[in-house]
Amino acid sequence: MNTDPASTPASLRHRAEAHASAYPALLAQAEHLAATVLLGDHGRRRAGMGDEFWQYRPAEQGDGLRMIDWRRSARSDAHFVRQKEWQAAQSVMLWVDDGLSMTFSGGDNRPSKGHRARVLALALAVLLNKGGERFGLANRGTPPRRGEAQLQRIAGHLMAPAGEADYGAPNARVLPAGSRAVFLSDFLGDPSETIATLTRAADRGVKGALVQVLDPDEEAFPYDGRTVFETMSGGQSFETLKASGLKNKYLDRLAERKAQLKEVTRRTGWQFHTHHTDQAATKAILWLFGTLDKGAMR
Amino acid sequence: MIGAIAFSTPLLLTALIALPILWWLLRAVPPSPIRRRFPGIALLFGLRDDENQTDKTPWWLLMLRMLALAAAIIGFAGPVLNPDERVPGRGNLLVIMDGSWASARDWPARIDRLEGIVADAGRDARPVAVVSLTDLPPEGPVFQTADTVQAAIGGLQPNPWAAGDLSGWAETLDGQSFETIWFSDGLAREGREGLSNILADAGVVTVIESPRPAFALSPARFEDGDIVLTAHRAIGAGAREMVLVALGPDPSGAEQVLARELLEFEEGAVTTDLTLALPAELRNRVRRFELEGIRSAGAVTLSDDSLKRREIALLAGREDSEATDLLSPLYYLNRALVPTADLIEAPLVDALLASPDAIIFADIATVSTAEAERLTAWIEDGGMLVRFAGPRTAAADFDPDDPLLPVRLRAGGRSVGGAMSWGEPKRLRPFTQDSPFFGLSVPDDIEVVSQVVAEPDPTLAERTIASLADGTPLVTRAALGEGQVILFHVTANAEWSTLPLSGLFVQMLERLAISTRPADLSAEDLAGTVWTAEDVLDAFGTVRRADTLAGVPGEKIAAAELGPLMPPGLYAGDDRRVALNVFGRDDTLAPAQWPETVTIEGMTVTEPLPLMGPLLSLSLVLLIIDAIASLWLAGRLRPMRGAVAVIAGLALFAPQTGQAQEDSDIRALEATAEVVLAYVETGEGQLDRLSREGLSGLSQHLFNRTSVEPAEPLGVDLETDELSFFPLIYWPISERQPTPSAEAYAKLNRYLRSGGMIVFDTRDGNIGGFGSSTAEARKLQELARPLDIPALETIPIDHVLTRTFYLLQDFPGRHTSREVWVEAAPADAEQVEGLPFRNLNDGVTPILIGGNDWASAWALDARGLPLYRVGRGFGGERQRELAIRFGINLVMHVLTGNYKSDQVHVPALLDRLGN
Repeated sequence: MNTDPASTPASLRHRAEAHASAYPALLAQAEHLAATVLLGDHGRRRAGMGDEFWQYRPAEQGDGLRMIDWRRSARSDAHFVRQKEWQAAQSVMLWVDDGLSMTFSGGDNRPSKGHRARVLALALAVLLNKGGERFGLANRGTPPRRGEAQLQRIAGHLMAPAGEADYGAPNARVLPAGSRAVFLSDFLGDPSETIATLTRAADRGVKGALVQVLDPDEEAFPYDGRTVFETMSGGQSFETLKASGLKNKYLDRLAERKAQLKEVTRRTGWQFHTHHTDQAATKAILWLFGTLDKGAMR
Repeated sequence: MIGAIAFSTPLLLTALIALPILWWLLRAVPPSPIRRRFPGIALLFGLRDDENQTDKTPWWLLMLRMLALAAAIIGFAGPVLNPDERVPGRGNLLVIMDGSWASARDWPARIDRLEGIVADAGRDARPVAVVSLTDLPPEGPVFQTADTVQAAIGGLQPNPWAAGDLSGWAETLDGQSFETIWFSDGLAREGREGLSNILADAGVVTVIESPRPAFALSPARFEDGDIVLTAHRAIGAGAREMVLVALGPDPSGAEQVLARELLEFEEGAVTTDLTLALPAELRNRVRRFELEGIRSAGAVTLSDDSLKRREIALLAGREDSEATDLLSPLYYLNRALVPTADLIEAPLVDALLASPDAIIFADIATVSTAEAERLTAWIEDGGMLVRFAGPRTAAADFDPDDPLLPVRLRAGGRSVGGAMSWGEPKRLRPFTQDSPFFGLSVPDDIEVVSQVVAEPDPTLAERTIASLADGTPLVTRAALGEGQVILFHVTANAEWSTLPLSGLFVQMLERLAISTRPADLSAEDLAGTVWTAEDVLDAFGTVRRADTLAGVPGEKIAAAELGPLMPPGLYAGDDRRVALNVFGRDDTLAPAQWPETVTIEGMTVTEPLPLMGPLLSLSLVLLIIDAIASLWLAGRLRPMRGAVAVIAGLALFAPQTGQAQEDSDIRALEATAEVVLAYVETGEGQLDRLSREGLSGLSQHLFNRTSVEPAEPLGVDLETDELSFFPLIYWPISERQPTPSAEAYAKLNRYLRSGGMIVFDTRDGNIGGFGSSTAEARKLQELARPLDIPALETIPIDHVLTRTFYLLQDFPGRHTSREVWVEAAPADAEQVEGLPFRNLNDGVTPILIGGNDWASAWALDARGLPLYRVGRGFGGERQRELAIRFGINLVMHVLTGNYKSDQVHVPALLDRLGN
């Protein structure tokens, strides 16, 4: 009989509860973050299907009789048609890098990059849900839907443990044509995949934003002395005899990487933003929301 | 002084050859790298180092390691400074210890040296005998194995006397052959030469002497009313200062230093005198004098009665000043007493006030009744009245029961051997054994021509302590209370007898302890007395009580030959005490002289000093420095540096006085930057933790459910902290919490008046309703009495608390008592028709009192799970939920006031606004 205390029903339940308790916390954190954004009306600023009044336009040939707004028409000689604002729901696909590199945190009092990225993604999902948009998680290919259930599903997926690869890459195939997309990653891995995905997505009419989540240590490179750097999985290593001597070169390369990503996003009509884990998450969520709102205008 | 260095394993030193090789090896091996996980590594691939500084160990680090290694190698080779190069001896070894008081000062050093010598003898398998000259083995030295002797060494002690006659003992050594080591005390002594000659015949003699001179203090003596002490030293080299202290009991009986004087030996002088002028009162208390810092009986001298000066009142009856001095009744008494006593010549009443040791009446027959009463009382308290007879005494008519006379006197007295009488002058009879004068020899030339005569009486014989040859009493004595009355049946001048002219007169006064011993004791003085030791001195100069020593006859005391049976000390006789000191009045100190054949050594030897330990420690320290330096070079000291900086910062800031101000500023910022709930720190750790957890939980619930987003709660100390920052203060009641000070109450009242709210929680809702006398309720009454509290009522059904956020009718916490008290509504509040609640405007209740232990129900742990059980099962969870809702309502009420009450006016407002 197995007497390992770790597998008694009581301890199993205890551990399960401990793990599960983090999940509502993530959701609560995300919801609290989302609450900082005042949800305004974000219609499509053009006539179409919707509930809100948009404009009166003179009736044209072919307008149905029942489309004429008689009350407005009665005030003048012409016939007017009452148009409503187009409020077609938008699909937003979120992708959160689940590579091992996202588990990095340079300081004890900072969340890992992955945690910050998940909170941002979920907060955005909460906002989208309130805005009536559809949203999905590109990691698992969850098709875009709306509603609390979708929110719970995404939160569940986000809680899955990190993958085995050091760096993750987005997948363009799950992006529905014409949808929006938000990619959250550190973009420190091979940029070619990201660029390829962006290009392919742009080809399919997908627009969106890249949010580069970086730890302050990755921006500052505060290392010194003889050091062997390893990837988070430990698979690859790089040895330097004097780490401080590499600082400038590293920072150059980082700036180069950012410039490269910015250039690609510019060409494809995407947006690029760098977020640090020591900054308030609110900043990033406001930027994201503003970007999506603007993007929705076009 | 650095002597030779030897190595116990010199071969190990060859390992030093390996050092250069190691140098080369270490130089080739760089310090090991740190391994770091770092996602940014993808950007690093392909980069090259510009400079490769640290791939070789820096020379100074190498040097450090080399030194550490060299120290270790040399350390293990076992270096010894001043190695012992002893030549083994052979044959019997006799060790002679002087063992006198002069050896006591460096006795431990002597014993150390002796142990070394005996141990060496043990290594050479020589028989050893150790002999102390002050404690001689009766039949010659016994040579034993070193082990046996070693065991006995611990018991060797110096004795507080010097060696006596050694010639007899020295003869037992004749014809033997042995080597001698003599631990000398450095003082010349008689009989030492004979012994040393015998020893030189027997074999090699080595003398071990301390180069430090011996010191001694001769007994104190009187010169012109001052105490004079003479200090001696054996060698008069160099000027030296010493401190002399006089010790004695203070009024409470504890021994303390009564006087402390500096004593200076001049260059070349072997003696120095010190005059001490002490007040009589202090002087009488001195028990002994010591040379401070010299641990030897010679440097201690005990004082006895000879230092005490008695106060004696002399009163004479006849005041005719025309008489010549020699006829004065007090003349001889004065002469006898002045050298040793302080005399008081004053009227009787004044003399009694001075509480003298004795009062002497010279031919005073009558005293007034009042005087007699006081005199009797004084005697009964231990005073001594000595009366001398005379013509007045003879003529007086005494009351037969006069207590101031030891015997009844026959009126008239008698005259014998005078010009007008038939008889011959009388002589004294020798003193009997029970007389205090026993042992004093009676000179032949004492003649008594007149005397007063006692009435025959059964007690006369026992009261007589000296009598004439015909048996008539000369001196009688009777006890009265604790004191005594003594009558000399003759005059105090030479009128009636020649006794006052003789030395016997002085000796008799001395024996009666009227006067004190002026000078050295003579065997004759002390003949027939027995003395017992009260205090004895040991060789180190320490005074001990002596209770077990047998009595010593007076003759021996007079001879003052110290020995095991009569150690130096304080000896008590009948009614006085005599000090026997180690160093006599006429003794001198002189350094010992040795024949030239004798080798003289000092007390100390250069000990071999092993250097292994220090060298290995040095090596270890160097290695630690190396470890730190290596870490620093490799850049791994970074986090530590942070910690060091923090500690240094703390150390810098902690003592600054501005810190408190800064703290309170920081605290004010903390309290005001966001909404912060507060609790009163009761000083009970567990209760304070509960309050913090409870308010923290409530803050989390508020954060999740409402637009109030409080920061972590703060504890407030009512005495020191500013309260006005906090919207709500939770105050749990425990019986043991201290009552706040008046200033704190003033602050609390200010807080309540300016819109604050205090929630009192007695946490006893399960035990009794509010107002029942639980301990907490009583404590609450005590605490709240000085507070400015308005009239209270239990929360009415329409109180705004019931609807500030949630609609509530119960206010449970961990308990579910319904008695929760708030400020009472004004009496004129009336219910508007058609509305569910009364028209109550404005004001937050300043106080809320309940006993439902809300904090326990609110408390959450770090993961957001409830900490304490509330109720049972799902019902309990519901109760917890209600408690949380109550808390939310409470905070909302504090923050929004009666906003919800104002909602009743909405219809009226709308009505007025529009239409």
